[in-house]
Amino acid sequence: MTAYRIAIVGSGPAGLSAAAHAARLGLSHVLLEKTDHLSDTIYKYQKGKHVMATPSQLILRSPLDFDAGKREVVLGTWNDQTAAAKVNVKYKAEVKAIVGTGAPIEGSVMKIVSRKRDGSTETKEIQRLAPPYRLTLAGGEEIIADTVILAIGTQGNPNLMACPGGNLPHVQYQLDDPTEYTDEHIFVIGGGDAGIENALGLCADPAQHNTVTLVNRSADFANAKDANVKALFAARDAGRISIMTETTTKEIEPGFITLDTRDGEVRARCDRIIARMGSAPPRGFVEGCGVEFASNDRLAFPKLSATFESTAPGIYVVGALAGYPLIKHCMNQGHDVVEFINGNLDLKPADEPILEAKFAALPKGPGGGRSVADWLEYLRTRVSILTGMSALQMREFMLDSSVKLYRAGDVIFERNAPGSSLFGIADGQVLVEVNPSDPSITVPINAGTIFGEVGLISGRRRGATVRAGADCILVEISRNAALKLMSQVPSAAREITRITTERSLLQIFKSGLAPADLVDVIAAAKVETVRAGQAIIREGEQGDDIFIIRSGSMVVEKSIGGKPVFLNYVPAGSFVGEMGVIDGGPRTATVRAAVKSDVIRLAGEPFRALLAAQPQLLDKLRGEMANRTRLNNFIESKKDSFSSVVDMYTGVANFLVEQGVGEATDVLLIDEKLCVGCDNCEKACADTHDGLSRLDREAGRTYAHLHVPTSCRHCEHPHCMADCPPNAIHRGPTGEVYIDDTCIGCGNCQRNCPYGVIRMDKVPPKKPWLLSWFLFGSGPGPGEPSHKWAKKADPAYAEKAKKAIKCDMCSGQEGGPACVRACPTGAAIRVSPEQFLSVALMAREGK
Amino acid sequence: MASTAPTRKAMTGKAVTRAPRDTAHEGFLNHRRARWAKVAGIISLVALLAYMLTDPTPRHNGGTWLGYTLGSIGAGMIVWLSLLGVRKRVIGARPFSLKGWTSAHVYLGLSLIVIGTLHTGFQLGWNVHTLAWALMMIVILSGLWGISLYATVPERLSANRGEVTQQQMLEAIRTLDRQMDLAAQPLGADDAALVRMSLEQCRIAGSLGQRLSGNYTSDGNALALAAISEKVMAGMRSGRSDERLQQIQFLLERKEAALAQTRRHIRMKAQLELWLYIHVPVTVALLAALFAHIISVFLYW
Repeated sequence: MTAYRIAIVGSGPAGLSAAAHAARLGLSHVLLEKTDHLSDTIYKYQKGKHVMATPSQLILRSPLDFDAGKREVVLGTWNDQTAAAKVNVKYKAEVKAIVGTGAPIEGSVMKIVSRKRDGSTETKEIQRLAPPYRLTLAGGEEIIADTVILAIGTQGNPNLMACPGGNLPHVQYQLDDPTEYTDEHIFVIGGGDAGIENALGLCADPAQHNTVTLVNRSADFANAKDANVKALFAARDAGRISIMTETTTKEIEPGFITLDTRDGEVRARCDRIIARMGSAPPRGFVEGCGVEFASNDRLAFPKLSATFESTAPGIYVVGALAGYPLIKHCMNQGHDVVEFINGNLDLKPADEPILEAKFAALPKGPGGGRSVADWLEYLRTRVSILTGMSALQMREFMLDSSVKLYRAGDVIFERNAPGSSLFGIADGQVLVEVNPSDPSITVPINAGTIFGEVGLISGRRRGATVRAGADCILVEISRNAALKLMSQVPSAAREITRITTERSLLQIFKSGLAPADLVDVIAAAKVETVRAGQAIIREGEQGDDIFIIRSGSMVVEKSIGGKPVFLNYVPAGSFVGEMGVIDGGPRTATVRAAVKSDVIRLAGEPFRALLAAQPQLLDKLRGEMANRTRLNNFIESKKDSFSSVVDMYTGVANFLVEQGVGEATDVLLIDEKLCVGCDNCEKACADTHDGLSRLDREAGRTYAHLHVPTSCRHCEHPHCMADCPPNAIHRGPTGEVYIDDTCIGCGNCQRNCPYGVIRMDKVPPKKPWLLSWFLFGSGPGPGEPSHKWAKKADPAYAEKAKKAIKCDMCSGQEGGPACVRACPTGAAIRVSPEQFLSVALMAREGK
Repeated sequence: MASTAPTRKAMTGKAVTRAPRDTAHEGFLNHRRARWAKVAGIISLVALLAYMLTDPTPRHNGGTWLGYTLGSIGAGMIVWLSLLGVRKRVIGARPFSLKGWTSAHVYLGLSLIVIGTLHTGFQLGWNVHTLAWALMMIVILSGLWGISLYATVPERLSANRGEVTQQQMLEAIRTLDRQMDLAAQPLGADDAALVRMSLEQCRIAGSLGQRLSGNYTSDGNALALAAISEKVMAGMRSGRSDERLQQIQFLLERKEAALAQTRRHIRMKAQLELWLYIHVPVTVALLAALFAHIISVFLYW
């Protein structure tokens, strides 16, 4: 039996890095790998997959090199460097059990709770034994080690085909290179991301002549990313793939597969089966080693000390299993954990310099400055929404956030500035300028609470200017960090919801309300999510609830002569339904969601009590009501004289809402009565943006000669931002959504955009000067040059990588959108939906 | 990664005012409530009044002070107006409105009828001076024709194409061709020859004559459709209808409809550009004639 100082289980980025560092330090070690190659998870990535190296600001500490690049390059580097570092690797060494060989540790008992199918639970108790540990391998071999590093990831073991024939050689559980197979009938089993990606890879090139079928057990693809599901359906519609849902495998024979479908049994030709049915998480094994998890939640991680040591002394957990899915984090932890085991307990985490830099500009506290850990603790205890986080979560959280000192009087943000971040006040006080025309009228917000939440929720511009009232320390939490916080810490989510409700009420109703007045109203308030098209108020029904639109937008319609007539477009940050409270009559119009929206429903009863106590508020609402009544009457009066005009207005408005204009902040519209089709808009776009046009004038929908071309609308909550691996999509200072230079060309944003306005292309070489084209005909002339010309002009063009290209609203150009400036007839305009969906439209159509 | 740091400004928390932009939904003819129409009207009126209220000896011509003034203004305007072609191709980042330029181009161009003609003092003859005037009038009239097309054709163009792009129209025709090719496989040699006629002797835009007349009855597809329809009818009369032929007839009809839509599209797009083939070359000729006119006036006083 061999004894080692460190046994490392798993050779992924974390384990490999730990082993290489142990080898460098000359510690006796063994790296145990289940398969016959290193880093199985990355090994199983599809051939040529781009491996990301985020977060880019994090310094890599591992003895192994790692840079973003193709899977093959990454694995090649690691293989070479592992061999060069003389790492003691033991392949095909699956660890079955880890048990201490020392004396029982007093008072250290591991309780394993297993839940049975019938809902009852069974608790098994294991007495922990002191190290050294005995690791039993699958073959029966045993290894003794003083310490164990568990770096086995979360992938676990793939679920195997259980049906007869599941062990035949043509059943495989991974797909390395989809281009390897041609002219085959292939069944991919499993509708998760892995299955869909494999299936799409196999049918991507029609020249391979594969007949690919994807088999999914359930009716929908709930476990897969939206973009993958869309791509799958697109492939099916293009006839490249068949999809069988609600289907399971019954039997596998050489050359054939038998499936159980909803309509009975089907036997089909089948040369290859790729089963991607998920994997069993390794929790059972880990618990068996004496490692306790933070909770019974399916997604919980092991309880760890600051040195990654688990509840079993001498067993350390790093990498994805410890809750860090990013490769760079894992590699750093591999390095750090070996340092800790080697006695270097003063080692600071790799993100320490980043966090230090974040705190550097803050005033030194009493006693000559705080350490990073002190600052984190300070923020955690001072800001109410952060209190529920652990020290490790705080570190992670701070990487995405920033903290800053503002001197009294400094402006934190201005009214109408775009911004979706949330601020927490750790110290001091800020003042909100509630009256834009008189900055001296302010409302204070005190330490411990938050502000800026309206931008976070609705994606609209800032509602008021906020200044520092005293010197204050503020944490600025980016939208992504805030969303993560809300999903991880339920108490933070509840607190944010409560504060946003209160603030939106104060902001909307103003009129000298104080938070104390709203307690009853807020207690009865509910946040509801409304589907696109769903009505929150129906004309003619009784009801006295008031709705505040938090995100999304609504359309107001009234039935006139049996037909719904479009009255108004209501953006986020407004309220509807006040008439019901004031006059108590039936609803006079229908309000339905233009896009998926969040609303706050305020019950009528407490609100009426509030109105009774606050006469100014009642006056304000009466004023609002009078406006709406006037609009109603105006439309009614028009209806008699110009019914076709009203129909037209409703038609156009509904068309625009259907086109997703409801979630737009800025949309390009073309009046086809004026458009002569010169495409000068596209040419201008290309000439002001690296030679690539970001709009397709001719494509897109048209209604009554009003054309919505394929061009970015700069959505409130951009779909393209949802899944950008390098986080390269941002909202700029004038409200535009743009992609920065860190784009890796993965195409996720293109797939996620429901309006098809993002294209993948490469920047063509610079064109010769316009005058030389004008006079001598050199170069391709104005507009986007052809690929052919680009290839000829720049030999390197063919090799360039494609990147995502989209409209940036011509930000930074003094003249505003080039497409609009360059339209010779005035057909093209760029407007916000509120600007366009107003009665002004009707007045114009009526001309 | 850090080497290609984004050059863009991140969020600042400051409200950055958006570049001012024209959001008014009005066409080039009533840009800014027809500001340039008013300007042009006033210029013409002033010129006309000056012409009527002065009485130079021996008579009105290009050589009087009024004649020189009008001539200078006219020549300046002609040069400036011709620069629209350059302006619309240079976009840059600075504020400008091509719509405003077009609007000014149209109305100031029209006012040249008054200015240019008054400049001549109605002394027209067979010389380079009158040539310049005549070319100017041709340019202006072709421009008027262009305006009338711009006012009427876009709406019809939009109605004809619906939501289909030109690319998609051509793609639809190609798809029909492929389907037809497949459907023709089981046919006899005679019928297959007819299908081949549609596939090989069909020109979407057609010859110059067809384009001008709009009559495409001699096109391959129309001939094939006529012949196949004949055969289908004959088959029906004799009670032996051939389903394969009916399928071909159906595809040919669809292709004929697709062709008609595409041809209307191309025709209207051509109309919107056709007038420029007069407007622009004659402008170049006008600039040359204008140059000759000015040189000759000063050289051969």
